Amino acid sequence: MTKDSDYISKRKFMEELGRYRKGSITRRHFLNVTGLGAATAVMGAAMPGLRPSPAFAEGNIGDRVIIATWPNYHDPSNFEAFTEATGAHVQVNVFGSNEEMLAKLQAGATGWDVYVPTNYTISTYVDEGLIEPLDTSKLSNYDASAFDARYAEAGSVDGTLYAVPKNWGSTGMAVNTAQNGGKPISSWKEFFDISRDKFSGRSMVHDYQLTTIGSALNYFGYSFNSVDEAELADAEKLLIDVKPHLFAITSDYQPSMRNGDAWLTICWSGDGKQLNTDMPEIHYVLGAEGGEIWSDYYAIPKGAPHTDAAYALINFLMDPTVNTKEVLAHGYPTADAKTFALLPDELKNDPILFPAQELLSPLEFGAAATLTDPNRAELMARFKSA
Amino acid sequence: MTKRTRNWLLLAPAGTWFLVMLIIPLSVVLIFSFGERAPAGGVVPAFTFEQYANLPARWAAFKNTMTLAPIGTLSALLIAYPLAYFLAVKVDPKWRTILLVLVIVPFWTSILIRSYAWIFLLGGRGIPALLGWFGIEGVRLINTPFAVLIGIIYGYLPLMVFPIFVSLDKLDKRLLEASSDLGAKPWRTFLQITLPLSIPGIATGCMLVFILLMGEYLIPAMLGGGKVFFVGNALVDLFLQSRNWAYGSAVAVTLVFVMLITVTIYMRLINRLGANRDDVSIM
Repeated sequence: MTKDSDYISKRKFMEELGRYRKGSITRRHFLNVTGLGAATAVMGAAMPGLRPSPAFAEGNIGDRVIIATWPNYHDPSNFEAFTEATGAHVQVNVFGSNEEMLAKLQAGATGWDVYVPTNYTISTYVDEGLIEPLDTSKLSNYDASAFDARYAEAGSVDGTLYAVPKNWGSTGMAVNTAQNGGKPISSWKEFFDISRDKFSGRSMVHDYQLTTIGSALNYFGYSFNSVDEAELADAEKLLIDVKPHLFAITSDYQPSMRNGDAWLTICWSGDGKQLNTDMPEIHYVLGAEGGEIWSDYYAIPKGAPHTDAAYALINFLMDPTVNTKEVLAHGYPTADAKTFALLPDELKNDPILFPAQELLSPLEFGAAATLTDPNRAELMARFKSA
Repeated sequence: MTKRTRNWLLLAPAGTWFLVMLIIPLSVVLIFSFGERAPAGGVVPAFTFEQYANLPARWAAFKNTMTLAPIGTLSALLIAYPLAYFLAVKVDPKWRTILLVLVIVPFWTSILIRSYAWIFLLGGRGIPALLGWFGIEGVRLINTPFAVLIGIIYGYLPLMVFPIFVSLDKLDKRLLEASSDLGAKPWRTFLQITLPLSIPGIATGCMLVFILLMGEYLIPAMLGGGKVFFVGNALVDLFLQSRNWAYGSAVAVTLVFVMLITVTIYMRLINRLGANRDDVSIM
């Protein structure tokens, strides 16, 4: 690997770009090798246009904007800065699952201006007519070329842009190694086996069909996204067998991991990062069999009451300086090269945020069919009421 | 204006309320319950009993609700009665208002926040840690039916205390004097005078708590850790996560039906208890 300041030939650059596009190297490696990371960092600081500015103040966008998003997913001071710059107050609605968000939108009249759908839901939103195509002329901070295609492509359906990428992450497990003789867990097989044995009463799974059923499918070596009836039946059997040994079925697993009531949980990488920072004995690991890689977006629902404010807010949050503060607050990796360049080195080199390529490659993006499959939905409901 | 028209006009506000708030929503739920789940979730109209045939898959939720709701109601009654009796009969009137306010004070804070407090108290660093000090190790409280029961009793206690307090407060103290003048021991006065006269309060309190408990959702979700499942939780999951509105409606209709039957039987029993007294009315 070359040093940031080293010269890189045109041909070498194109070669690296090609490898990066194919996904055979990581973003971190690419930016370091090509020196782009350092370059954008310098540019970001030097160009006033990349700093947050009260540019929105000139147009009247109304007095409020309502965003539906996930817990612990933003830096509140960014919202305050937005209100200061535009006069529009940000009202935050927090959700636990994409299913819940979809259900609210299907029921109609949510009053949201901005929402944060996950990659696999966007085509469903388009099919159901619940999402507004985006007018990029109103998003001056959005530069499509700065985004890693792998984490941005689900935002477009049939060539129309519906959503711009917020950040991405993986779904693995967090384990308190102090309770396991210093050993982390390394596979979903181990996760469910130890949950029924040594960790009985100490493990948690998400209150979320995608990840909980997905991990149970991974246990058998099946696809995370499987909707095959026989495979789902195996997963159900496993989950119902494990249920009496579980500490909880919840997506809010940080409190019990922190106070020591629980030792093991299915975990999103940002939560894993937050837990690991505060308690180094808690490790975040990806399952050897696979698991989920995902990407979240900003989008505007059809019929949003304050469209101008919605565009202004999304544009504001996409500003690399603002987005850097977001990343520092939520701990999920960004897909935006400009923001990445501004991140401190220890985050860029963090193995939880940016895992090695060989760990990332078995992971799967969730599929639209996984979200809408009635059998998966019913399986989760049966598991919970069993 | 004829008397007839006037009567109809006077009935109109209540009638409209009844129609808009009760008849129409319930009819929608009933219609949905014969439908089918739309491919991406929601409901498509149909006429099928499939959703009702699927009800046994939610048996555990019904079982939990039908056990914990009556146990919770009874436990709340056993705690609330002595408290209400103390407030209404024993306590010095000048303290009474303050004590009554203290019973209400918890209601000023959201049940959500109070349940978080219980999560801490019942969690590993709360009561179990305290028990550990006394040498009782390894007690698990949080995410158990016991934790849910504690949450229920705590959350609904004021609803039980007040109706009982009111009925005891209205009690004609001269009856108690008469009873003792006629030579009755205190326990006999209590059983033959006080208790029967407070039956309306008990009936109202139990009814309030029981009906609300049947639809409870928050406490099992928070203190049961997703493992102690009530019908309320099943409904939320069916509508918001599975997005199977048809099945959700069928479960809701069944819950209303079960509730109607239980409450009717209960009213009959209470009425029979008070049948030989013309001064006892229910609710």
